[in-house]
Amino acid sequence: MIGALFLYPLGYSLAAAFTEPGSGLTLMHFRKAYELYSTDILFTLFIVITSTLLTGLFAIIIAGILTLGETPWLVGALRQLYRWPLFIPFIVAAQCMRTFLAKNGLMNNSLVALGVMEPLQATSFLDWRGIIITFVWKQVPFVTLMLAGAMASIDRATIEAGRNLGASRLRVLIEIVLPQVSQTLLVGLVLSFVTMLSVLSVPMMVAGSQPTMLTVDMAFRINSYGDYATANALGVISYLIAGTVAWIYLRHNVKREVQA
Amino acid sequence: MSVKLRLSSAGAVPEPRTLASANRSLSVPREPAPSAARVRFWALGSTLLKVFGLAVFAFLLFGPLANLALWSFAERWYAPFKLPVSYGTRYWEVVFRPTGDAMSSLVTSVSIACLTVLVALAVSVPAGYALARLKLPWRTALMILFLLPQAFPSVAIYINVARVFYSIGLTGTITGVVLVHAAHGLVYSVWIAAAAFAAVDRDLELAARNIGASPLRTFFTVTLPLAAPGIMASAIFVFLESLDEFTGTFFVGVPQVTTLPLLLYNSSMGGNYQIASITALILLVPSILFMIIIERFLKAEVLSKVGQ
Repeated sequence: MIGALFLYPLGYSLAAAFTEPGSGLTLMHFRKAYELYSTDILFTLFIVITSTLLTGLFAIIIAGILTLGETPWLVGALRQLYRWPLFIPFIVAAQCMRTFLAKNGLMNNSLVALGVMEPLQATSFLDWRGIIITFVWKQVPFVTLMLAGAMASIDRATIEAGRNLGASRLRVLIEIVLPQVSQTLLVGLVLSFVTMLSVLSVPMMVAGSQPTMLTVDMAFRINSYGDYATANALGVISYLIAGTVAWIYLRHNVKREVQA
Repeated sequence: MSVKLRLSSAGAVPEPRTLASANRSLSVPREPAPSAARVRFWALGSTLLKVFGLAVFAFLLFGPLANLALWSFAERWYAPFKLPVSYGTRYWEVVFRPTGDAMSSLVTSVSIACLTVLVALAVSVPAGYALARLKLPWRTALMILFLLPQAFPSVAIYINVARVFYSIGLTGTITGVVLVHAAHGLVYSVWIAAAAFAAVDRDLELAARNIGASPLRTFFTVTLPLAAPGIMASAIFVFLESLDEFTGTFFVGVPQVTTLPLLLYNSSMGGNYQIASITALILLVPSILFMIIIERFLKAEVLSKVGQ
């Protein structure tokens, strides 16, 4: 089933990207894709990498507070709160952000009403910042859930030992807890990275203007021109990006297994 | 534990201190103790900081959702006004009219999701068991194979799936959409099912085998029930993935199959924020329901085995 629904189309896309009817193998489509969309390639990389790093940072902070926090009401409230966006579909998140981050959206209006900001300073966040905010908002609960689960199952004695020896909670988190859950964190971040790389709805709905992400360019190439060759060349570029990340993950995994 | 420790009664510190600060001073070299007023000041400050942090967090979390809810009840809302000009349920009636687009796409969405779960479970239960228990030579490679549809940017795949499906007449059919959703959901279902089977205590199976149960009977009466919460969780994941899937349906389902996400997209891009917001709220209901019950199914020991 995977073969029919995935490997075959994958081969199909590679074939379409590298060949030209009548003239055999060619890199022409890549040249065209590069000329038209090199900015968008960099833009996509920038967005996805920034979002992944921010997601990891927030997930570590939240999971750390959940595991090491000593204020019961804070931990309880956070535990109830953080999971909300977990199953909210990307497209719903995009629609939320489309209204929330707009120039007249609830965010700017609240800031103005609180007196933090002048009405004239209000700007629309519906560009690259909007995409990053939406991605982070959506992915943090997922990574946090995995991370908090892993942190809950590590040996509490190691944490207590560190605390007893006088290490601060931050130090315990970084030096004792994180190394034990790094595998889970990596899996979560790799999955998030690739998910963000392949989301079509968020860049399409949150940021309409140029530059945009590769997914939108591919859809545009197909729907407006029926240009499968260039779209597939862009597709191959996004495979390469995802492949690099998968390779980093695999290498880490192999190294761990060699150590074990 | 409410005893005020008076360790310092020897004279070093005149004020009774709280348990926390006394504890800390047990483990670190003694510092000159802060005065009670200062301790109280810092405690108050840190509580305020925590309340403030939590408030900001909650605002960022729920602000977008609140805006969605406002839009769904707003009959008129334009630029200079911070809140809707007039409220009403006119658009809810439009959406829930039995003949409306929304109801038919809701039915389409739910039936596609159910079919997808069936297909995915049929693959993931045997596959998950095999990956967790049997000694497969290519175990890692197989795990990666199921990850692939998730690990490759899906848009590029869907374009070509749509092209292939078009040539065999599957575009715009429910079957086509279900197949695409199932291939996409398999990574969750197989990985979680494998983790769930791996978390089942092996000795229980061996005990069942020991008292004479056949391998098949052991599987159905011992292993499967014990792994059921994990399998349920994976089914929920697949159901939600299918319900929320946009990209695949966008390429494969057009023009006949209109699921809720497609309806949302079309109305949002058409500037009809009310319909879009109401559709979004409908899509939120199962998401939030599952979010509340997910912890019951997805135990920490299963989660920590995902991806290993």
